[in-house]
Amino acid sequence: MKSLKIAGLVAGVLVSAAAHAQVPLVKVDGSSTVYPITEAVAEEFQKSKKNTVRVTVGISGTGGGFKKFCRGETDISDASRPITAKEMADCKAAGIKYIELPVAFDALTVVINPKNDWLKEGKLAELKAMWEPGAQTKVMKWNQVNPAYPDRPLKLFGPGADSGTFEYFTEAVNGKAKASRGDFTASEDDNVLVQGVSRDIAGLGYFGYAYYFENKDKLKALPIVNSKGKAVMPSVEGVMSGEYEPLSRPIFIYVSAKSAERPEVKEFVEFYMKSAAPLVKEVKYVPLGDADYKHALDNFGKKKTGTAFGGHNEIGVKVADLLKREPKE
Amino acid sequence: MSQVTLNAAQIAERLAAIRKIIAKAKRFDTFFAILGLVSLMVGVLTLTALIADMAIRGLPRIDLDFFTSFPSRRAANAGILSAWVGTILVMLVTALAAVPLGVAAGVYLEEYAPKNWMTDIIEINITNLAGVPSIVYGLLALGLFVYHFGFGQSILSAGLTLALLILPVVIVSTREAIRAIPQMVREAAYGCGATTWQLTRDHIVPYSSAGILTGVIIGMARAIGETAPIITIGALTFIAFLPTAPFTGDPPAGLFDWVMAPFTVMPIQMFNWTSRPEADFLVNAAAAGFILMLMTLIMNGLAIWLRYHLRKKIKW
Repeated sequence: MKSLKIAGLVAGVLVSAAAHAQVPLVKVDGSSTVYPITEAVAEEFQKSKKNTVRVTVGISGTGGGFKKFCRGETDISDASRPITAKEMADCKAAGIKYIELPVAFDALTVVINPKNDWLKEGKLAELKAMWEPGAQTKVMKWNQVNPAYPDRPLKLFGPGADSGTFEYFTEAVNGKAKASRGDFTASEDDNVLVQGVSRDIAGLGYFGYAYYFENKDKLKALPIVNSKGKAVMPSVEGVMSGEYEPLSRPIFIYVSAKSAERPEVKEFVEFYMKSAAPLVKEVKYVPLGDADYKHALDNFGKKKTGTAFGGHNEIGVKVADLLKREPKE
Repeated sequence: MSQVTLNAAQIAERLAAIRKIIAKAKRFDTFFAILGLVSLMVGVLTLTALIADMAIRGLPRIDLDFFTSFPSRRAANAGILSAWVGTILVMLVTALAAVPLGVAAGVYLEEYAPKNWMTDIIEINITNLAGVPSIVYGLLALGLFVYHFGFGQSILSAGLTLALLILPVVIVSTREAIRAIPQMVREAAYGCGATTWQLTRDHIVPYSSAGILTGVIIGMARAIGETAPIITIGALTFIAFLPTAPFTGDPPAGLFDWVMAPFTVMPIQMFNWTSRPEADFLVNAAAAGFILMLMTLIMNGLAIWLRYHLRKKIKW
């Protein structure tokens, strides 16, 4: 009798666990670059909903995030680059449709040591001479980049090969995504790069704007010479006006169309688009224009599924143009 | 037999030679004592320096709010509530899974298993398991618990993963504790006609409980700082709610609903903060690290205390 009762109790607990209606939950995962923005939005959203909706945000990287997203495990995927052709195929195979929404810009910032007095601006040709694959083991001194520069060892710092920042920088500077010399100090932790450049007068590195902004006292940012020949400092204004190019890139969230039918996901995305601008600024990224957020919200409302990129990244693309394109799946 | 007689000078000379040998041997003693002390200090000083560094940076940040706040984009508001609750719940699942499995396996190997080549192979494999990198357990758990059993990225998956990780430690310490029980106890029990089960239940397990507990806690102290396997199975970084407590909420949660809840743990929270651009988050990370260290120290202290008190009661 006793064992029967226990069995009944255990079964009851298990059944109640299965039948128990959960608090609505929005699952986000993906890029560490987009994470601070989504975190800020999630924090404010939960506050505004008085914790009746739960949001979780993980960091699996853009690629890892899409893997989960295309298996249907998450509702929203943070992405620091557009979805690739392979990821599109994975999602399609699993029947996952998605809406691509740009949420902010990240200004890739090239930094040097504050004591560096020879480099005044970042010319793409010089950056290419430093970073292109052919420079490996050959371009080891500053005067090899430009004879006017001193005879000092060239110490390069950059993110690791899995990072979206690396992918974008190499495409923008070297002309081909992921084509880079390999003999530089690489770290997935941007704070390591900050330390490296701040301690070495001959150092040069690149990473997201937020890491430069928080370490302004230790680093000097290089104004980048844009396609019109003007040297522009990385800044919110420079990016918003479109003058800071080609090193500014849009970053995205991808919302599963199926999840978007759930009221909590729909509300979260709408909240994201409406309150992004000030929150994006607070976490030191560059917001899109107000019209762009409205346009994105509109696209979300119309459930325009697919990507505006077609499986490959583009350099220097305008967000307003992206949002106007008819997305492909 | 001829007797050698020595005069005073000769005696003094030989004594001096002997003293020289002794002094030489003692010099080596002193040398080794210093070497040993230095070796010891390498470990102890590193730990002290680490703790001191984290304490100096982190202590100003530690107040009640730090324990009762969820993560936030603002460093000053960010706390470790979801992290420490997650860590404790994961540890609870780990203990509930690892202790019965580990103790049963240890008791079986010592008291029941026939001593043959099969048992030898099992023993070698258990020792080897203790050396498997934790990331391997994480990958195994991702396939097995998260997907195959469908536990998802939950406290249950994490707890079971860490339980696998510390299982070899629990088994080995159980066996060692059992081996320390004198053979005469077994002989006396069998002499009185006890079965192996009666012997195990009434004597072996109670007498070895101090050693087993120590092993369990040392294993848990290792598991509490594990990051790699937990990241692999997909712990979250931002989570601003706690698992629903049993019998609360509407409709009320079941007794074990919390095991399926998403979670984060202390090392992951700390890791996330160290990679943030704002320097204030590094202070948070140091504070979280200090608390994690404290949790580990408390667990180890508990192990020593328990061993001392439980052993005092047992007299052979």
